[in-house]
Amino acid sequence: MSLQHMRGQSAIVGVGQAGIGEAHGFTAMEILAQAATKAVADAGLKMQDIDGLATCSSAASMWALPTAEYLGLRPKFIDSTMLGGSSFIAHLMPAMLALESGQCNAVLVCYGSTQKTGTFSRKAMSEAFKLVDPLPYEHPYQPMLPPTAYALAASRHMHEFGTTREQLAEVAVAARRWAQLNPEATMRDPLSIDDVLNSRMISTPLTVRDCCLVTDGAGAFVLMRADRARAQKQKPVYVLGNATAVWNRQISCMENLTVTSASESGQRAFEMAGLRPSDVDVVGLYDAFTINTLLFLEDLGFCKKGEAGAFVQNGGIAPGGHLPVNTNGGGLSCVHPGMYGIFLVIEAVRQLRGECGERQVKDAKIALAHGNGGTLSSQSTALFGLEETL
Amino acid sequence: MTNAQPTNGPDAAFQDYLARGEFRIQQCDGCARHVFYPRVLCPHCGSTQLSWKAASGAGTVYACSVVMGKPGTHTDYAVVLIDLAEGTRMMSHVVDFDPHAVKIGMPVTARIIEKEGSPLVVFAPTNGQVQNGGTQ
Repeated sequence: MSLQHMRGQSAIVGVGQAGIGEAHGFTAMEILAQAATKAVADAGLKMQDIDGLATCSSAASMWALPTAEYLGLRPKFIDSTMLGGSSFIAHLMPAMLALESGQCNAVLVCYGSTQKTGTFSRKAMSEAFKLVDPLPYEHPYQPMLPPTAYALAASRHMHEFGTTREQLAEVAVAARRWAQLNPEATMRDPLSIDDVLNSRMISTPLTVRDCCLVTDGAGAFVLMRADRARAQKQKPVYVLGNATAVWNRQISCMENLTVTSASESGQRAFEMAGLRPSDVDVVGLYDAFTINTLLFLEDLGFCKKGEAGAFVQNGGIAPGGHLPVNTNGGGLSCVHPGMYGIFLVIEAVRQLRGECGERQVKDAKIALAHGNGGTLSSQSTALFGLEETL
Repeated sequence: MTNAQPTNGPDAAFQDYLARGEFRIQQCDGCARHVFYPRVLCPHCGSTQLSWKAASGAGTVYACSVVMGKPGTHTDYAVVLIDLAEGTRMMSHVVDFDPHAVKIGMPVTARIIEKEGSPLVVFAPTNGQVQNGGTQ
């Protein structure tokens, strides 16, 4: 069996979201369970049909255990690999292998967080991380993590390629313009390049508008073998390629701040799918910070290294631009509950199903979702397609 | 000051040297490349034979971000990545210098300061030029 053989052997048959923005009065598990219930119903399944589970949390180290218990599952396949925000895209390959081998028949991938309204605040969490996940060669220098890590990468991209703050701002403005077409998006007010440039500086060269939202939110999707997927009620969205790469943990250990391991995960995912960037109709990139979108456009091959600044100028990735990127509004304007990766998958599925209303990309047949985790540390790329792309 | 090799693990050994006023980094006996942060094996070739060598202290600013304090408090500080002459990279501060004037490519020299009771490697501009502002 080869990776190429795995192409199109599994499909997403259901998606669901819950608690997007603020989920006052609800716990992370409660909104996760709401999203999971919606995803399972969307697939035309019952929760008891789920016999595989992939989930993780940044607030709990054994998250799959309470999740299985809460949902009433007795999964035959369990993956709780925690790679940060890319995790739910990285969960695809092990889930596909489990389906292919017959270990299980329906895998639920799910995530939920109430980092915005929950009692365990984001600040308390980062203090806790200093103890449980120490960075002894970074913490003494007080980088404001994660923004400073991404700011360092931005400083280097600007130095090497002449990338400007205006070009970074284009990414945030494009995300907002997509968000304005998405009734579920958290931030929908008008946003201009000047607004981004003049907002509060956090860690140079990134302002608060170069940084993702801090929201609550939960997402879930259900993956099945292609043969079974065709019998479900929704149009299956096939996984054509998937790959994950990790080269470092700390930003200070990244060999070249302008080349991420997305260059490896992307290449492997495209190889498995037998596709090229020019085949992709709609793109989702983990835009925790504006620099991410530039780095991933380059590393995934949508433009050459150093040219992403020019690529996004004049609304290049906004509605009406030459490449639709982050059509739900992204982590910058739609939702970002600590780990954003699952929402990239959900948006890809919705676009391919043609369910996106005003923001729908016409005749979208191939979608790419790219997840990032840590501080430009873990990268996972997935390519999805409709029946006709098999 | 002694030349005795530390018996602690690499993390503790690095700190032990700093406490003695010595900035040392590891060099791999197998492939001759320098290694930072300290480890029990070389991440380049896998050798477990690593020796502690005095760092030259010479470095260049590879990347820089100024973390902004509250407006009016003059508490902005530069977090930098420094490329050491030995070919390794580390996070640090540039001290005795306006954080907003720190530039990529700037030559810097290491020094050991004490922060919150522990020794810490920071860098100052090599030309010795001191500007107003400093760091927190």
